[in-house]
Amino acid sequence: MLRNFNALGAVALTAAVSAPSAWAAESSDPIKLTLHDWSGQLINTKIMGSILQEAGYNVEYVQADYIAQFAGLKTGDLHLAMEIWETTGREALDEATASGKVVNAGETGLMAIEEWWYPAYMKDRCPGLPDWQALKDCAEEFATAETSPYGRYVGGPVTWGGFDEERVEALELEFEVVHAGTDAALFAELESAYQRQDPIVLWVYVPHWAPAKYDGEFVEFPPYSSECYSDPSAGVNPDLAYDCGKPRGPIWKAAWAGLPEKWPGAYEIVQSYQITNEEMSAMVGKADLDGVDIDTVVSGWMTANKDRWSGWIGN
Amino acid sequence: MKVRLTWQSSAAWGLVLVTILLGWFGRDLAKALDARWLIKIPSSWVIPFKTRISSAMSWLVEDAAIGPVSFTDATRAIAWLIEQPYELMLSLLAHGFLYGPGPAPQVLLPAASWIAVTIAVIALGHFCRNWGLAAVAGACFAYLAVFGQWDSAMVTLASVVIAVPIGAGGGLLTGIWAYRHPRGERILSPVLDLMQTIPIFAYLVPILFMFGFGPVSALVATIIYATPPMIRITIMALKAVDPEILDFGRMAGTTKRQLMWRVLVPSASQSLMVGVNQVIMLTLNMVIIASMIGAGGLGFDVLAALRRLDIGAGFEAGIAIVVLAIAVDRLSQAFAERMGQIHHTSPGSWAARHKRTVLVLSLLMITWVLGRFSPLLLDYPASQTITTGAFWNDAVKYLNVNYFDVFEAVKVFFLQWFLLPIKKTLLGIPWPWAIAMLTLLGWRVGGWKLAALCGVMSALIAVSGLWAKAMVTVYLCGASVILATLIGVPLGVLAALNRRAGIAINLLIDTLQTLPSFVYLIPVVMLFRIGDFTAMIAIVLYALAPAVRYAAHGVRSVSGELIEAGLVSGCTRWQLLRLVRLPMALPEILLGINQTIMLALSMLVITALVGTRDLGQEVYIALTKADTGRGLVAGLAIAFIAIIADRLVNAGARGARIRFGLES
Repeated sequence: MLRNFNALGAVALTAAVSAPSAWAAESSDPIKLTLHDWSGQLINTKIMGSILQEAGYNVEYVQADYIAQFAGLKTGDLHLAMEIWETTGREALDEATASGKVVNAGETGLMAIEEWWYPAYMKDRCPGLPDWQALKDCAEEFATAETSPYGRYVGGPVTWGGFDEERVEALELEFEVVHAGTDAALFAELESAYQRQDPIVLWVYVPHWAPAKYDGEFVEFPPYSSECYSDPSAGVNPDLAYDCGKPRGPIWKAAWAGLPEKWPGAYEIVQSYQITNEEMSAMVGKADLDGVDIDTVVSGWMTANKDRWSGWIGN
Repeated sequence: MKVRLTWQSSAAWGLVLVTILLGWFGRDLAKALDARWLIKIPSSWVIPFKTRISSAMSWLVEDAAIGPVSFTDATRAIAWLIEQPYELMLSLLAHGFLYGPGPAPQVLLPAASWIAVTIAVIALGHFCRNWGLAAVAGACFAYLAVFGQWDSAMVTLASVVIAVPIGAGGGLLTGIWAYRHPRGERILSPVLDLMQTIPIFAYLVPILFMFGFGPVSALVATIIYATPPMIRITIMALKAVDPEILDFGRMAGTTKRQLMWRVLVPSASQSLMVGVNQVIMLTLNMVIIASMIGAGGLGFDVLAALRRLDIGAGFEAGIAIVVLAIAVDRLSQAFAERMGQIHHTSPGSWAARHKRTVLVLSLLMITWVLGRFSPLLLDYPASQTITTGAFWNDAVKYLNVNYFDVFEAVKVFFLQWFLLPIKKTLLGIPWPWAIAMLTLLGWRVGGWKLAALCGVMSALIAVSGLWAKAMVTVYLCGASVILATLIGVPLGVLAALNRRAGIAINLLIDTLQTLPSFVYLIPVVMLFRIGDFTAMIAIVLYALAPAVRYAAHGVRSVSGELIEAGLVSGCTRWQLLRLVRLPMALPEILLGINQTIMLALSMLVITALVGTRDLGQEVYIALTKADTGRGLVAGLAIAFIAIIADRLVNAGARGARIRFGLES
């Protein structure tokens, strides 16, 4: 009996201190946030989760895949996805919001770039860079035993999409796309090649620590347009689509359409949440380069930015 | 006869040569003839199986209904039923019973203390057998605590505690049903074949749709994966029961039900336990894959470590899975044995008869009460944990820094002289020719039935538009199997002929087999980075065991008389091996290779994580995009390759046995 009383007291207390009481009266079911397979997303999601917890909500993290999660978001098995990249997830997001079962909860404040990237020393071996035409003439400079005579382009894990095979074919580049199985493997390739000044061109994304740590540039492809992806006749190659670079743009938050009704307060917090590229790159660097535990990185941000997130809860 | 044989064999060699030449020059030939369809199947010929399956799936999930109950409601109800005991176990073992929202919910009752759980396991060991088993079980659980794996291990244990009874019980009931209805068995048999050859990844997506995202789906997938051996073993064990026992049971006037549960099942209990053991092993094998769709615990730790390329952490969590497997396996074996014995109830009160239960329960209470004052009693102190992670990381770093050139040279050598030629040949063979050759081969070794099977299955792969990926699969799998055979068979022969070497080799093989397959990937990726070569090494390591075991068994079981005869006719040791032992062991060796092929195919899907480009990758992409049709089609293609290989090798082995007069 005493224990029950304690429990009730604790609820009342949390409600009284940390949030206007109306919100604590919302559903006590856990809000399910999805975790993917790259550090930035884990940090982003855990920060959001911590803020929601501070506001008195129950939170549960579920491992789900980047694209596969939309199936769960539609049915309400999953509730909140923190990083849908304009670059790779836009079609899936549009398709899901069109079904009416998923809502776009606005930008995270992060701006995404995903493109082919090479270290600066490759410019000496392939002087025409960063223009993509240069890749046509010096594909062999990028070759390895496995792909010779074609050049090797290390793509992200297949699950990230990106249409690189199509791009190679449409732009008639003599490259073979080799997919790194994981985020870590991708950057392990870069690290290993960079140390020995070996040739490499690979998928790099921003916000990330790699462009800050290593000297290099993105390849400049013909700029992206939606026609280029959808219409074969547009762009450099009249017969094939995907004859241009990747889109750039914001990283979105996506939520189950029932979330705003079930937890209206939480949805307001989710919408207010903003973070910058610089902050995120620094945190990802801390986690990946210095080997700091992700939970530690997150709680570090939470302490340093108490005013900011209290403001999101407050208004 | 002699002349015909040579004519036949020269024809066979001729065909092989033509095939290889076609492989090398097929591409140019197709260009010269302007017949690209020879190499690449035109997209208009491809039958869109995957879109059809996908739309069938979405109909099933969204619209299908029996009366007022929709299909999804039914599956969700099952999910709910499984979730309840699982949540209870999870709260008891791992999370504690919590109440209230926010960052610091009120703890109503913390999770069972590590001390109480370890003592409970020791008590169970003592109850089931003796102090020896108690010590083994206790040591395993103490290891989990000391190496800081306790929390994850308890999450995994909770899922094992739920999945194993459902898998074993369901398997037993299905097996009994099939035993009673011979027609049921005939339907069940191909279904089981498919369940065991389709990669698990392929059916994860439909399960996600039906049972929702989260640990329950992972549990369901685990159960589906772990049940087939139990069904097979149940059918076999029931059939093997001595007919006299059966007659005796009938004469005693048992009803059908009594005959089954009082006579048949107890008589078969020994073999049934082998099935339960298989269920446990497969369940623990599955924990890593299950963590991809939301199961937490040790499996997730290994997966996360692989994603971070953190070899130390991955290795420790992997070992923890093995340790847990050992403890659960030994305890369950002993428990079943103990249940089979007859017990005399000793006099005295309940408490006096159940001293161990009383001890464990009171310990649980005491740790719960005192745990409020001293957290040490509830959680093993983090500061006292040991980790060897740094050692493993340093070892790999050292190798990487100092021997990079050596590793690179080995890799390039293998790629240029072994892997790439095979790949080029296989991808170059025009597909109609390949199907024709497969059919011919099937006809030669197994008659027209096998020929039809080979032809139809390979043609199905072709029209599903996956031919190139299937060839990459065959290439990776084939190259690995060749290498595994070249390493495994000599090792097996050595193990059979030399006792001391045999012990060492057995130990090596046992270790390789119990480690979860994912654990191999991490160090190999660190040393050789991503690509086909890395995948090949991981596959060879995983698939080596049966090649060694079957070769050793085959060589050992060559009859003594034949050896004697060889010795009498003056064979040297080498000749004895070459002319008597190896030929006689050939059928066994072939069966071993067959098993190696099966394991290699199942590992292929996992190597998709290091960036191969075969059917495994296709299945993996489908999993991550939640594309049911794509995954099932690619999964079926892998199953077809497995079935073709299995039937061909088995038929070949039978042919060899007949030739040596071991079978008529």
